Amino acid sequence: MKQLMQGNVAVARGLYEAGCEVVSSYPGTPSTEVTEEAAKYDEMYCEWAPNEKVAMEVAFGASLAGRRSFCGMKHVGLNVAADPLYTASYTGVNAGMVVVVADDAGMHSSQNEQDSRHHAIASKVPMLEPSDSAEALAFTKIAYDLSEEYDTPVIIKMCTRVAHSQSVVETAERFVPEPVPYEKKIAKYVMTPANAIRKHPVVEERTLKLKALGEGRVYGGVELNRVMYCENAAEHVGVIADSTSFQYAREVLGDSASYLKIGLVNPLPEQLFRDFAENVKEVIVIEELDPILEEHCRKLGIPVKGKELFPICGEFSQNLVAAKLGCEVPEGVTLDETIPVRPPVMCAGCPHRGMFFTLNKNKCTVLGDIGCYTLGSAAPLSAMEMTLCMGASVSALHGFNKASGPESESHTVGVIGDSTFMHSGMTGLANIAYNQSNSTVIILDNSITGMTGHQQNPTTGYNIKGDPAGKIDLEALCRAMGFNRVRVVDPYDLAACDAAVKEELAAPEPSVIISRRPCALLKYVKHNPPLSVNTEKCVGCKSCMRIGCPAISMRDGKSVVDQTQCVGCGVCTQMCKFDAFEGMVGKEA
Amino acid sequence: MKTKNIMIVGVGGQGSLLASKLLGQLLLSQGYDVKVSEVHGMSQRGGSVVTYVRYGDEVNSPVIDKGEADYIISFELMEAARWISFLKKDGQIVTNTQQIDPMPVIMGAAEYPDGLVEKMKATGAKVDAIDCLSLANEAGSSKAVNLVLMGRLSHYFDAPEEAWQAAIDATVPAKFLELNKKAFALGKNA
Repeated sequence: MKQLMQGNVAVARGLYEAGCEVVSSYPGTPSTEVTEEAAKYDEMYCEWAPNEKVAMEVAFGASLAGRRSFCGMKHVGLNVAADPLYTASYTGVNAGMVVVVADDAGMHSSQNEQDSRHHAIASKVPMLEPSDSAEALAFTKIAYDLSEEYDTPVIIKMCTRVAHSQSVVETAERFVPEPVPYEKKIAKYVMTPANAIRKHPVVEERTLKLKALGEGRVYGGVELNRVMYCENAAEHVGVIADSTSFQYAREVLGDSASYLKIGLVNPLPEQLFRDFAENVKEVIVIEELDPILEEHCRKLGIPVKGKELFPICGEFSQNLVAAKLGCEVPEGVTLDETIPVRPPVMCAGCPHRGMFFTLNKNKCTVLGDIGCYTLGSAAPLSAMEMTLCMGASVSALHGFNKASGPESESHTVGVIGDSTFMHSGMTGLANIAYNQSNSTVIILDNSITGMTGHQQNPTTGYNIKGDPAGKIDLEALCRAMGFNRVRVVDPYDLAACDAAVKEELAAPEPSVIISRRPCALLKYVKHNPPLSVNTEKCVGCKSCMRIGCPAISMRDGKSVVDQTQCVGCGVCTQMCKFDAFEGMVGKEA
Repeated sequence: MKTKNIMIVGVGGQGSLLASKLLGQLLLSQGYDVKVSEVHGMSQRGGSVVTYVRYGDEVNSPVIDKGEADYIISFELMEAARWISFLKKDGQIVTNTQQIDPMPVIMGAAEYPDGLVEKMKATGAKVDAIDCLSLANEAGSSKAVNLVLMGRLSHYFDAPEEAWQAAIDATVPAKFLELNKKAFALGKNA
């Protein structure tokens, strides 16, 4: 049956149909839905791992045991998982192992715009790149055959527009191959130098075989690389493109150009490129981010136009492609009006707000991390001065304090979410405990992985299916590492936050503050009725505006509360000296 | 048929994902090739969000570009104005008149523009502005704004009533079906 399916859901369907049995991932936009959807099939064991490195090692172990396995992550997650990937390339697999990495050209929800194709090249692992949902499903399925036949993990590279676009797919039945028996093979699986030295040439040989495969274009009935010649091809341009760039080019040029659409982006074939170039008038390479296809052409001596026309930064669109190719670009409606920007903000009732207000009020230097709370850097809270990667808040805080000593120790904190802390904050905390800086780490425990859309993690007590699971006790963990000062504070209580921050910064030893309250968007969190403003009491002093709540605005010099957004958290009531907010549960009007 | 384009714009958290799912279902049932593109993650946190719905004989790009939209469906007034450059010269806007202040307005660093409906009409764009929030509340929930908008959009669309109803049945949770059908009808007859 034909149906509309999101790219990530199509990958999950591909896992199901290919008989994958073990799935382990860490959430990250735009990759998250692959694993969320996979978990809806009871035939596959699925889990959220604490980080991508763990996830990939779990998938590797399952492959070793003879079952088809999977791990999924966003582009920066592959940096974390690069260690197992680069050596799994040497060991190869037992049963098929497939990795999804989702890039984010345009940085809709990411801290950088890296091009994951470099990882495939550097690790010498084959990479398939679908351009729509149908290909996402088909490529995922053949990736397992490819993995087993060529004895290698296989990467499927998604991007935001393929991952989060729905297009038409046709589904099939699930087929689970017989498990491959596990056999003790020390020379294959123990990568000591002596064994790895023997494996490296095998990897190089595999790359040559995969190049030859790309020349032949079709594998398992699926077109890896597609050649489409237009009429009188020698008189028209030929476009070499991958992923959505192919779709944009096709939209703009239609049947007036020829196409070499690359689906197997690593390794790249050679003769296929040469033949295509010979049959068209001129070659234009269209690819987002780095000029990988373009440089391949140049190495082969094919004259091409690529990044001299198209940008390295940001994502493409049909109008961008049309403009760069000198084609007509549609004119839209123009409105001569300045529309204020609408940046993402912390939600009404967000538990992070109270802590960031406190840090801003105490003029703390705040080293931050990756999650919803990165929004703490935005005005009016403006309480975050560094965000690098998962876990860096804790480790960089230690470095900052070691460099500046008591001068910074008295007013500098690191803030990190519960999921990010489990991902890679623990090791940084171990460093503080071990090498002893007088650092203050604040774990913003909202009891969920928030920004990616509410995934469970090792601190929540529930697994990916929402069933009860192991639950790591953050206080006990920090104490076990050697922290004597571990305290829990409710971020809805501004006075308690203020006292905790002041006292822990002043203390002559390292400390951890756990700022704990579940995310206000969680289904089980009961909201209080919305508050309202007594316009006779409100003097319009704008004190309440300093917490940056999206539910509070000023109308005619008085505060008003948006009844559709307010969850009655009451943080604003603590800002108001005139008791102008009314309707707070548990407080007399 | 040449590819047609519908943009759904609004503020993160307003429920535009359900609207795009419903439209995708409807258009697929009418025999079109369809692509629907959404943005998840950071921008969902109260930011400006946009969903692209494209349909025709063969749809390539998953996104809609400036000057291409046949329809802009907006959950919030200022968002319709923000995305108006994506509208074709003879395109149709269907917008909720609800206003949600963005952070720069809340902080007093910017003002919410006045008279946006009239200003948008002055560009030559066709603008259908209705108070969807009141109609949604009348249907039983402020969260039904999406179905009110869909009901309104059904005026401009060459799709039979049964197809709309089937698409609603397929996308809305059974528990809220009656409420949402009421919202659709209120939007349609507004």
